[in-house]
Parts: sequence; structure tokens; C-alpha cells
Amino acid sequence: MKLPIYLDYAATTPVDPRVAEEMMKCLTMDGTFGNPASRSHRYGWQAEELIDIARNNIAELVNADPREIVFTSGATESNNLAIKGAANFYSKKGKHIITAQTEHKAVLDTCRELERQGFEVTYLNVLPNGLVDLNVLEAAMRDDTVLVSIMHVNNEIGVIQDIAKIGELCRARKIVFHVDAAQSAGKTPIDLRELKVDLMSFSAHKIYGPKGIGALYVSRKPRIRLEAQMHGGGHERGFRSGTLPVHQIVGMGEAFRIAKEDMAKDTKHIEALRARLWEGVKHIEETYINGDMEHRVPGIFNVSFNFVEGESLIMALKDMAVSSGSACTSASLEPSYVLRALGLTDELAHSSIRFSIGRFTTEEEIDHVIGQVNNSIDKLREMSPLWEMFKDGVDLSTIEWEAH
Amino acid sequence: MAYSEKVIDHYENPRNVGSFDKNDPTIATGMVGAPACGDVMKLQLKINESGIIEDAKFKTYGCGSAIASSSLVTEWVKGKSIEEAQKLSNTLIAEELALPPVKIHCSILAEDAIKAAIEDYKSKK
Repeated sequence: MKLPIYLDYAATTPVDPRVAEEMMKCLTMDGTFGNPASRSHRYGWQAEELIDIARNNIAELVNADPREIVFTSGATESNNLAIKGAANFYSKKGKHIITAQTEHKAVLDTCRELERQGFEVTYLNVLPNGLVDLNVLEAAMRDDTVLVSIMHVNNEIGVIQDIAKIGELCRARKIVFHVDAAQSAGKTPIDLRELKVDLMSFSAHKIYGPKGIGALYVSRKPRIRLEAQMHGGGHERGFRSGTLPVHQIVGMGEAFRIAKEDMAKDTKHIEALRARLWEGVKHIEETYINGDMEHRVPGIFNVSFNFVEGESLIMALKDMAVSSGSACTSASLEPSYVLRALGLTDELAHSSIRFSIGRFTTEEEIDHVIGQVNNSIDKLREMSPLWEMFKDGVDLSTIEWEAH
Repeated sequence: MAYSEKVIDHYENPRNVGSFDKNDPTIATGMVGAPACGDVMKLQLKINESGIIEDAKFKTYGCGSAIASSSLVTEWVKGKSIEEAQKLSNTLIAEELALPPVKIHCSILAEDAIKAAIEDYKSKK
């Protein structure tokens, strides 16, 4: 067993060896290293063919037309292109955008930038289970709303938003609907012929592809237009200029092809491990799962161990690589804004750990994790004044803390 | 983020974890911090008639540096007079543990905990 055990698949995944093998064929003189935009010789033609295959594989996973896939450097760029591109293009119709408080920073910060440019943005509250309340969303829609951006699967808590219904609401009002699907592609089925989604962001490195490559789905029916954010040679039908990185795209294509082939198997494997992990820790008093129990992907499992601070817990869980909702390492001492948006108390928000499980996680690893989690919680609670007060029956919410 | 060896040592083998009866007249209790900030420290001192700290215990909810700072303080204050203990500054704690700038607040909290405990001692008299 390799230590520390990697349980941070929501941050990034290792490249699948099958993917790495395909990528290596596109780098050296013996391989397909050509520029796919070179129309005058075989090197270019061969590279273009590999791009076409990759584009098809990506389109197939999400049931889209390959002509609707635009390559970018990753989901952050896709989100920027979708949100800024659509907002700017449709700004004559209106300057109001709707998103949710629990979105990824790549969406929130892009919206902030548009606010500086004169757009108005509504950041929706979410329900305590992390889901967007469709009535609240509908009530926020106005005549001048041009764009709604809601993520499919949340990166911290793993809940799945009802993008089918949100799509209906948007389409009925002719509002462009963008979905950040960085955490959902390959993890939960996506059918873009059925869904009323106009723009969807993808990332390769969350599903065993390489970092530095992603894509944006841009619907053809109805035809969605965007203002390009990157200008140059007019690649990707003018949506995103820049020479296509063949090895990266081939890697992404192979990762998406494998994801389609293995999704059922991966899901079953990950679900079983998640259940095993929960079985091993659920008896720990004051332990809570964050996010809706039903609408969620199995791979992201966010748990709060009340009265234990997340960063010290991560320090105790030294045999595993996990992430904490508590961002005490930053100067701000702020707990995760996603958990705060769910209405968690300060203690619970500071006490959360995100375990994200993936294709290469094993039962043996999960069993080791269970042992260390149990020992660490015991040790840290023994040291926690909050736990002591809780055990003495003190209601922590009645105490006047001296904030510093 | 990388912790210094001393922080890791105190974190893994914390000194003097526990509680005294806070109603005991020889026990001074200082509790500082807030759950909202991610750290709460409880420091208790057992002070004899001549004003010497005979024993100390702590409980801390917080990051590794916060735990290490409070653990260190319990070691340092033992055998000291109240006046001497009051002079223990956060810079000494931060220096001893080689705390990075973002963790300086942990040492400040530990200093505050000593002061709060001494306040409690004085108010009990």
C-alpha cells in the first residue's frame, strides 16, 4: 500500500496508464507531433485525425455533436469563456446574471469581474442540503436576465443539481444556461440532446486525463454565440484561438472514452468503498455527512466530525491525502464558503474533511483510513475544550466568544 | 504546509492535556478564541499560596500550531511565578516553535490564554 493514501480525487486524478500511453504517441519525431492546423502535409493531417477522434470521444460521453466541442486549457478557462463570452455577446438584451453561492471560484470570480464591468449578478442561496431551490431560482429570473450558471456536481460536497429542470426554466425564458460539469462528466450520465443546457464546461484531469486541457460544449441547436476571449488564428471555429495541444487532447479523448466504457464499473466500485468508509466511521458521535444524501455522486464524501478542527485532523490523518473545508492556512481563517452557504455552524464548518474516492482506491486503503480516522478523532476530542463542554451539556451557541 | 519538528512533536505528544476542576479555588482558568476563527484554547493553572504555578493543563480546539503553542505554554509556566508567567510573550512562543507568519495568531492566542488565566486567578482572590 502506497502512503499517503490518495483520497483527493476531486482535486485531481492520476492519469490512467491507458491514457498516458496514447499521449506518449503524440510527442516525438516518431509520433504524431504535427500541428493539426497544417493543411499542406501528412504530419498535420495525422494530427488532425487524432483531434477528430478525441473530439468524437468527448462528444459521445455527453451525447453531443462533435462540432459542439471547443477545446480550452481546462474548466476554469471554459467557465470564463462561457460566462464572459455569453454575457458580453448578449449584453444588449440585458445585463443580469444568476449563479449560486456554492459555485466554484472559477464561476464566482468570473461573475465578480463582470460586476466590475457593469453587470448585475444574483448569487442564490442554496438549501441546507446544498441544492438550488428551483422556486428561488425562478423568482430571481428577470426580463433582463441573460445567463444562468449553475454547476452540475459540487466539488466540495458532491451534490448533483437538477440541471434538467433548471434548463427547462431557462429555455422557457430564452435565458442562456451554462453548467460547470468539471466534477460530473464521467461520474454521472449526461445527455446533452435531452438536457436544455446551452454551455457546459469540462475538465480532463478530474477523470484520469491530463491537466491543462478541457472543453466547452457550445450548443448548435439552439445556436449559442459567444464573444471569444482568446484571439489569434481562429482555431476552434473562432471561439478559442491557439494551436491545439495534440497530446493533451488525445489524452482527454482517451480519458472520456474510458469514462464512458467504465462508468458503470467505476460507479459500483466507488459506491461500495464509500459505503464501507461510512460504515466504519458512522458510529463516531457527532459525525455528519454534508450535502444531500440522495442527489450526490459517490466519489465525493464530505464529513464533519464535530468539535475537532479540520486542519489538526488532517495533520493526524497523516497516512492519507485528503482535503479540509477549513482554510486556516490562509490568513483569513475562514471555513469553506460552500459549507457556510449550507448554514453549518462554525464548529461544524471548521470540522469537515473531504474524502474523494476514485478508480484506483482499494478496500485495503479504506480499511486503513477507517482505523486512522477513529484513532485521530478520539485523540483530538480528548484534547478539545469544545468536546468537553459538549459532554458537560453546555450549549455552545449560548457562549459569547471573544473573536480574534 | 510544512510544520516545524517542534510543532509536530508537541502535536503528536502533547504535554499536559486535561482539565482541573475549575471550581477549585487554587485553579485559574483561561479560555480564549472562538469556534468561528477555528481555534479555542483552554489553559488551567494550579497556583499555590505563594503565587507559584505548580501545575498546568490545557485543551485546545485548533490547528497543529495552536495545539503546539498551548502544549508548550503548559511546560513553560510550570514552576514560574505569576509575574514571570505574565512575561511570556507570543514572540517567544512563535520563535521556539518556528511558526510561519500565518500561524502567529496561534502564539498570540497562547499568550492571551495565560493572561486570561491570571485574570481569573486575581478575580477569584
